[in-house]
Amino acid sequence: MALPTIETVESDILVIGGGMSGCGAAFESKYWGEDLKVVIVEKAVIERSGATGEGLSAINCYMGQRYGWNTPEDFVQYVVNDMMGLAREDLVYDVGRHVDSSVHLLEEWGLPIWKKDNGEYERIGRWQIPIHGESLKPVTAEPARKAVGKENIYERIAITHLLTDAKDPGRIAGAIGFGVRENKIWVFKSKAVIITSGGASNVFRPRSVNEGIGRTWYSVFATGSAYGLMIPIGTEMTQMEHRFVPTRFKDGYGPVGMWFQYFHAHVENALGEDYTVTRDSELKKYEPYGSAVPTPTPLRNHQMFLDIRDGKGPMYMRTDLAMQELAGGDPKKMDKVREEAWEDFLDMTIAQAMTWASQNIAPEDTPSEVVLAEPYIMGSHSGEAGAWVSGPEDLSPPEYFWGYNKMTTIRGLFAAGDGVGAAPHKFSSGSFTEGRLAAKSAVRFVRDNPEQVNLSDAQIKDLSNAIWAPMDTFEKYKGVSTSDDVNPHYITPKQALVRLQKIMDEYAGGTSSWYTVNGPTLERGIALIEMLREDLAHQGAKNRHELLRSWEVVHRTWTGEAHLRHLLHRKETRWPGYYYRSDYPDLDDNNWRVFVNSTFDSSSNKWSLTTKPYKHIVT
Amino acid sequence: MPTYVNPQTCNACAGEHEGPLCVYICPNDLMTLDTEQNKGFNQEPELCSECYACVKLCPQDAIFVRGYSDFVPLGASVQPKRIDGGLTWTVKFRDGRELQFTYPSRSTPVGSSDPYKDFTEDKEKDLAGQGLAGESKWLGVDVLPTLQGNK
Ligand SMILES: Cc1cc2nc3c(=O)[nH]c(=O)nc-3n(C[C@H](O)[C@H](O)[C@H](O)COP(=O)(O)OP(=O)(O)OC[C@H]3O[C@@H](n4cnc5c(N)ncnc54)[C@H](O)[C@@H]3O)c2cc1C
Ligand code: SF4
Ligand code: SF4
Repeated sequence: MALPTIETVESDILVIGGGMSGCGAAFESKYWGEDLKVVIVEKAVIERSGATGEGLSAINCYMGQRYGWNTPEDFVQYVVNDMMGLAREDLVYDVGRHVDSSVHLLEEWGLPIWKKDNGEYERIGRWQIPIHGESLKPVTAEPARKAVGKENIYERIAITHLLTDAKDPGRIAGAIGFGVRENKIWVFKSKAVIITSGGASNVFRPRSVNEGIGRTWYSVFATGSAYGLMIPIGTEMTQMEHRFVPTRFKDGYGPVGMWFQYFHAHVENALGEDYTVTRDSELKKYEPYGSAVPTPTPLRNHQMFLDIRDGKGPMYMRTDLAMQELAGGDPKKMDKVREEAWEDFLDMTIAQAMTWASQNIAPEDTPSEVVLAEPYIMGSHSGEAGAWVSGPEDLSPPEYFWGYNKMTTIRGLFAAGDGVGAAPHKFSSGSFTEGRLAAKSAVRFVRDNPEQVNLSDAQIKDLSNAIWAPMDTFEKYKGVSTSDDVNPHYITPKQALVRLQKIMDEYAGGTSSWYTVNGPTLERGIALIEMLREDLAHQGAKNRHELLRSWEVVHRTWTGEAHLRHLLHRKETRWPGYYYRSDYPDLDDNNWRVFVNSTFDSSSNKWSLTTKPYKHIVT
Repeated sequence: MPTYVNPQTCNACAGEHEGPLCVYICPNDLMTLDTEQNKGFNQEPELCSECYACVKLCPQDAIFVRGYSDFVPLGASVQPKRIDGGLTWTVKFRDGRELQFTYPSRSTPVGSSDPYKDFTEDKEKDLAGQGLAGESKWLGVDVLPTLQGNK
């Protein structure tokens, strides 16, 4: 098959991904850099793309500084405890001090936020405010689209690789990818790049099988691109061993936050016991975090995990008790509670509403099963995997500061949202905010570094061939077998994904291995994933849709490999309930209250792992 | 929970300038036109996240969702209808019970946002500072917090 045509787009700032953080980045950069050319490249369409595309029922990161609810310092205290001692305080503070302005702007643009009678925002928990959020993403995308101009938004283009400067591999120069809807290779040449292409679902084998594998908790569109793009060019990553194992309503993956915090429901095992009561003493093993208020999410998971492991399931969320208590026997009040209960899912996780309806579950009458899900690797929600970035000038100690806020260790490459590590609990509003922070800083970078970047024709040619290789491989070898799917020369993208998921599930502590790993298991997993990485160069794609899938699995595999290597490096069990190292079962604050960082060197095909000190800024 | 299309009502979005709207919007590149029938079609149902973006946008109300076969018993349905500034949902249980809910989703007309309205930050002078665009108006407190002396 002839190689597709190559088209080049030049810009000052390139935003990769038009999710929450990408829209924030686009919006902010055109304010400060009115005269600069800002381009967004997105694999889908920004109105509904990314983890927020389906909608959300709450803004989970809001300080309420104007009401005196919280200060950014309070936020740092909370986040550090919830992460069991490990988060970059400068980065968390930075999001906290700015996030309210983003939320107020979203409201101004049309996001309906629930209000109390006195006009204040309603609250779910300390940081969460309920919204009618079905259209959160289109409301966010609209001003971003207006700000950069529709001619600068390149949709249905999947980025496969970042490009570094031909004369300086430590400086970013752009990105390359292909048209999902037309046979074209796209080269984006840019002085600064902001990577906002989201976290990773489906790296681990999900609990669902067959049709249900698209019903992951974190968005199935989140393919680990932020990591899969940054790692191969040598960007320093941090906390890639971290994962989030969400407690979710079983199979439909409905979130539980609203149920715990707003409806005040609790979970019981089959014997009617509440694990937060019966397993209370378990928390003492993990001081000082065990006695933190609220109990850190992993420790709550850990308590539930012990019940499940001991065969005390199914675990039930007592939605019935909670709703009846709130309604207090008043049918009118029950109508309101019912309406709120269903909205939580209809705005955000519609599959859960379908699961209830199909199983005849009316939550006011029938409790509903919850379960611990498979692990997810991400940096914006309750996860903290991502790039090691510079903090802001006024907050960060020298170890955490190298000139431009949110710049990675590659000059001119900025990250935001799921792409930034050690800065969790940003959620939708904080990701949007972090995109804005990265963008303002990228404008400064471009002002300070106006010189053109250099791309090499040879590099573009090699990468173009590599991008298109799965299509060529399929064409070349399809005649060798009577079946498209069983061929000795290639594997299909789906087969590659299943292989990755099996490795991660069995060797990196997925659900079938009870989230448990040890050194030898991880080493075996690394050996297998290295072979998978080689085999990914031998994928066969029948069409562009499969070509998209073949690059998604490449990005997911980089994510998985980094996860395995980081898990091996951290010799302790920092987050019981997310994972357990059977050879280092204890939390070890003396030696391991440090960040684990890695870099990959493409010329030697080697990874190096280091640790970085924990610097107290607020706590 | 994969989508399926009613062949009787799908008209391949005749007259829509973006082309078939389900194909335009699907965040996971799943909806496509079936080349033989020229109708909307989900080409990879097992990677459908039931985000309903296509369902909500279909001008013919031709797209439905049949719960994932591996855990959703047959017979239920959850279907939205867009109304001015919101959506009305009809939830049908397997046992025939039916619920209806209407929720707002947007408080301003589509297209009405004005990105930098009344922003006063100086684009040159304030570039070096920590404030973001529009924060003097939208942050909600007078001074952006910082932690002087903690470095
Ligand atoms: C089910 C669920 C419930 C949640 N609940 C809440 C909640 O109640 N409150 C809350 O505040 N937050 C919630 N969140 C979290 C919130 O959605 C995320 O934190 C936020 O969207 C992360 O922003 P991001 O910009 O990093 O990634 P995303 O918003 O996912 O954006 C990534 C973008 O990059 C694009 N992209 C990916 N790869 C490529 C590529 N190779 N080339 C080009 N483009 C690419 C994607 O299409 C997407 O548009 C929830 C998320 C989920 C999934
Ligand atoms: S949006 Fe509806 S009418 Fe248009 S092609 Fe898709 S299914 Fe058919
Ligand atoms: S429900 Fe969402 S993922 Fe599924 S086909 Fe429609 S738009 Fe695509």
